[in-house]
Amino acid sequence: MNVLEMNNIKKSFGENNVLKDISLQVKKGEVVSIIGPSGGGKSTLLRCATLLEKIDGGEIKYMDEKVTYYDSKQKLCYNRNLNKFRKVFGLVFQNFNLFPHYTVLKNIIDAPVSVLTMDKQEATERALALLKKMDLSGKENLYPCELSGGMQQRVSIVRALAMQPDILFFDEPTSALDPELTGEVLKVIKQLAEEKMTMVIVTHEMAFAKAVSDRVIFMDGGVIVEQGKPEDVFENTENERTKQFLKTYYSNAY
Amino acid sequence: MPLIKMIEIMCTGLSKTCAIFFLTLLFSLPLGIIIALLRMSKNFIISNIIKFFVSILRGTPLMLQLLAITYGPYYLVGISVSRNKLIPVIIAFSINYAAYFSEIYRGGIESIPKGQYEASEILGYNRSQQFLKIILPQVIRRILPSITNEIVTLVKDTSIAFTVSYVEIFTLAKQIANSQTSFMPFIVAGVFYYIFNALVSFSMSRAEKAMNYYKI
Ligand SMILES: Nc1ncnc2c1ncn2[C@@H]1O[C@H](COP(=O)(O)OP(=O)(O)OP(=O)(O)O)[C@@H](O)[C@H]1O
Ligand SMILES: [Mg+2]
Repeated sequence: MNVLEMNNIKKSFGENNVLKDISLQVKKGEVVSIIGPSGGGKSTLLRCATLLEKIDGGEIKYMDEKVTYYDSKQKLCYNRNLNKFRKVFGLVFQNFNLFPHYTVLKNIIDAPVSVLTMDKQEATERALALLKKMDLSGKENLYPCELSGGMQQRVSIVRALAMQPDILFFDEPTSALDPELTGEVLKVIKQLAEEKMTMVIVTHEMAFAKAVSDRVIFMDGGVIVEQGKPEDVFENTENERTKQFLKTYYSNAY
Repeated sequence: MPLIKMIEIMCTGLSKTCAIFFLTLLFSLPLGIIIALLRMSKNFIISNIIKFFVSILRGTPLMLQLLAITYGPYYLVGISVSRNKLIPVIIAFSINYAAYFSEIYRGGIESIPKGQYEASEILGYNRSQQFLKIILPQVIRRILPSITNEIVTLVKDTSIAFTVSYVEIFTLAKQIANSQTSFMPFIVAGVFYYIFNALVSFSMSRAEKAMNYYKI
């Protein structure tokens, strides 16, 4: 079953056509990485999928249920109950966006308790178990400002997981981190991949994308230029634009 | 008149000064939030009407507004001026201070990063949970110093109630000064306000410290 289905998505900001007829299906348990040059529309695609931006055309479905549809006048409409779909996905931001006035624990359990009406005791136990798994035991009573960037990002991953989403989106989860802290974050994402968490990851970490993904998508200029198995895209690509991107990427990296 | 007698008489006005102070805060602090939200409304007409009223409230003397609210109804529609001046005083002060507070709130709300809204939206918080749990506490933390400034001003502004003969400390001081032809009552009043404000500053700095448990 497809957890997420985005068909023929169009999105513009004024004159700027950022997404031009993009389609993306993600199956349960699949890990999809999206790579591509700056300004290619990767973030916009995630923001449309996570309902932070409204699409101009196309169709979004979660778990075979329509988020958007066309009415009798062929006008694009969003389902009235968007919060139902927000339970299906989670999003991890580049700059974490933890709530600074809440402790680590409260950051994690507040939404499950006040949005999903989960029992507080149960939410706390789950949170502590997740923190342990992410190597964050003992940090539950600290405030985000007392943690390193890598820890903050791991907390934000826990916060997303605590909502028990069916799919998790990451928008450059390590780009705001010092190089020595990216590893610890990539490690936990890898761990989630091994546990068959359905994920869509926008990243500039090519080695990571190659190692973790079932499928890699190369996006540029608002279209999917190429997609396929990681080894096909990274090593055996015939596509000139992909080759060019990977070449400049590697020359910048070294 | 001995000084002690003077202080005794003026203390009878203290409760009224305190009434203006606390009731004004009680009404204007929440009202300011509502005005700020309306001012930031996406509805162009609402936000501009609010902008206009706030500019009038901030751009004209509180004394004038107090006179208008106390005596305006009499001149406009012939309703007799009530003997109890507390109500018009509280209305005038609350509206005026709400206007000032609303601009402080607005600045605070606009200073919260967009990511806080987006993260809470993704987690499924509804609009009022998002505002009350995530945004407002951070706003309050940021604006507390500016709020303190306004509250200090409010302590001194309570004396403006003398213009409608509401018998608070300053009105009493003026009455005694007139009857005794002495400047002493004004000095006593000054000391009252100073002590009042010292207490206000102390409590507010305690509150600021209490909220400093996290960095922004
Ligand atoms: N809110 C917005 N308003 C106007 N233009 C926008 C907005 N968000 C994005 N854009 C534009 O859309 C285009 C795609 O941006 P997007 O952030 O999706 O790219 P990206 O692939 O994520 O790039 P990066 O690798 O730099 O994060 C850019 O030209 C950007 O200027
Ligand atoms: Mg981006």
